[in-house]
Amino acid sequence: MSIYLDRDTKVLVQGITGKMARFHTKDMIEYGTNVVGGVVPGKGGETVEGVPVFNTMKEAVAETGAEATLVFVPPPFAADSIMEAADAGIRYCVCITDGIPAQDMIRVKRYMYRYPKERRMVLTGPNCAGTISPGKALLGIMPGHIYLQGNVGIVGRSGTLGYEAAAQLKERGIGISTSVGIGGDPINGSSFRDILEQFENDPDTHTICMIGEIGGPQEAEAAEYIRDHVSKPVVAYVAGLTAPKGRTMGHAGAIISAFGESASEKVEILTAAGVTVAENPAVIGETIERVMQ
Amino acid sequence: MDIHEYQAKEVLSNFGVEVPPGALAYSPEQAAYRAREMGGERWVVKAQIHAGGRGLAGGVKVCNSDVEIQEVTENMFGRRLVTHQTGPEGKGIYRVYVEAAVPIDREIYLGFVLDRTSQRVMIVASAEGGMEIEDISADRPDSIVRATVEPAVGLQEFQCREIAFKLGIDAGMVQQMVRTLQGCFRAFTELDATMVEINPLVITGDNRILALDAKMTFDDNALFRHPQISELRDKSQEDPRESRAADRGLSYVGLDGNIGCIVNGAGLAMATMDTIMLAGGEPANFLDIGGGATPERVAKAFRLVLSDAKVEAILVNIFAGINRCDWVAEGVVKALREVEVNVPVIVRLAGTNVEEGQKILAESGLPLIRATTLVEAAERAVGAWQSDLDQSTKVRAV
Repeated sequence: MSIYLDRDTKVLVQGITGKMARFHTKDMIEYGTNVVGGVVPGKGGETVEGVPVFNTMKEAVAETGAEATLVFVPPPFAADSIMEAADAGIRYCVCITDGIPAQDMIRVKRYMYRYPKERRMVLTGPNCAGTISPGKALLGIMPGHIYLQGNVGIVGRSGTLGYEAAAQLKERGIGISTSVGIGGDPINGSSFRDILEQFENDPDTHTICMIGEIGGPQEAEAAEYIRDHVSKPVVAYVAGLTAPKGRTMGHAGAIISAFGESASEKVEILTAAGVTVAENPAVIGETIERVMQ
Repeated sequence: MDIHEYQAKEVLSNFGVEVPPGALAYSPEQAAYRAREMGGERWVVKAQIHAGGRGLAGGVKVCNSDVEIQEVTENMFGRRLVTHQTGPEGKGIYRVYVEAAVPIDREIYLGFVLDRTSQRVMIVASAEGGMEIEDISADRPDSIVRATVEPAVGLQEFQCREIAFKLGIDAGMVQQMVRTLQGCFRAFTELDATMVEINPLVITGDNRILALDAKMTFDDNALFRHPQISELRDKSQEDPRESRAADRGLSYVGLDGNIGCIVNGAGLAMATMDTIMLAGGEPANFLDIGGGATPERVAKAFRLVLSDAKVEAILVNIFAGINRCDWVAEGVVKALREVEVNVPVIVRLAGTNVEEGQKILAESGLPLIRATTLVEAAERAVGAWQSDLDQSTKVRAV
């Protein structure tokens, strides 16, 4: 088992005709992801990488039975695409798009809550690298070859820092159950806490690695959840020790604006909750190895 | 994006928030003229900079005549005002706002923010106006009133009334307060703000509710649909390197150290800076070249990092997912052939197409220092900067 994705999960790509979307659709298919189609309004009937393109999500879901989607749509239209996916009955949506207005995301989240929990879509991202269950499926833009299959669950805000952790684990022969990017935006689909709950309930995940950064309350919220509900060992790294207060460090959400939002404060909060904190990004792999023994 | 006080007041007054009469000036003569034009006996002249804490730093003065205004503003124009929010370099004063002084009965703090816990717009208010919200939270946390807005229906009147009564506003003025709150909320949502702060919002001796100061910050990601807000951008208030970077689609933050960083991904960029610090060095900047970085973009990144005279070594750290190592390597080679680089360059590539990337770097004939891991890259960067390398390891582009 893994979370959100397996070999059979039928996947759509929204915005599939774009240059980057084509590149990564090819990559995902080569990895073994069951990509069954794409959606671009007005381009219905075309074919990309051997899969059919549809005009609407409803049509695509009706024709293919897709359960998951990857949003590659430009920022001004991305929120609309996510809501279209939710309305079409998609179960899991990953949004790669960086630069979606924060108030659009507030609307998206409100819209998703109009559906009862049992048929409410799960969204991860936006502004993330995606989700991968190594050896099964890849829904995103990460280089699949750096992930070994195994029992460490990774959740992080940053894409490339997640790759760094996966590569360090591979070097040590340690594999990953699922790696989930929750993205660097202030308003995101799923929080650390949401993903930690999935990992806690996933029998194939034995150890959890959490990669946080400065800004926002979600690491502190995760610490509280770990303390009270997580039985599996958790290793964390928090980026941004050198980040000055009040400056946005690339990710729209990476800004220290309140107490508890700096890297050192987050490290303190996580440590107090029983999390093993890797003090620098280069020792994430070895810290996980140590905790696993 | 931040805007000036006078601009925020104009924006908010279009949404029904009342502000005192005021006028903008670009010179001391103009400031004096504007006061005469406006009439009255007392004015407040306020330096327009993108930072708070102006009062304590001498950027806000009360004047009793046009002559005094001219004298006071002669000492403001062209000066850099240093407040606790500006950093030691301060912000240049090129515009001054002249405002009619009003009799103040009470000062209230009012803020609208994107609350990341509820993931909604939150109103924060306090009867302790005039102080900064951090100080109010520390000293008088009980005085803070909060309310979040349900996004499907917007801010409701009853919520505004609740806030007004909790702030102890007279029953006869509650409707005015409701109008002010709803005006701010409409401006916030319709213009994609991320912050509206009125501190203080004052109740005057003649029972009016006026915004005496105003700050607005807008969501950069939503500026595409608000051209009228983009026009309010004032580049004189930005770090020139940061605005140049933003214009080129790069995300750059200047820092005090001397090891320049070129990294893809914000998280990895922060982690790279942290690793440099742990290796005994100090990063000169944060720079995320983003996904889909083309060779042109990498070349721009090199020019940008080198425009900081403090930079004594450059660390390029790319873990490729959405952008491929061969592209990045081409960019590094192109940049080093175009831009004169007199400092050691350490390159670490990993991820998609890493072999092709390494091959391009190796075949370029450029004296780059290559590294395979992040720690190795950081240590080599710090080492290269410390050891004052001999000329042969330095890159001289042709």
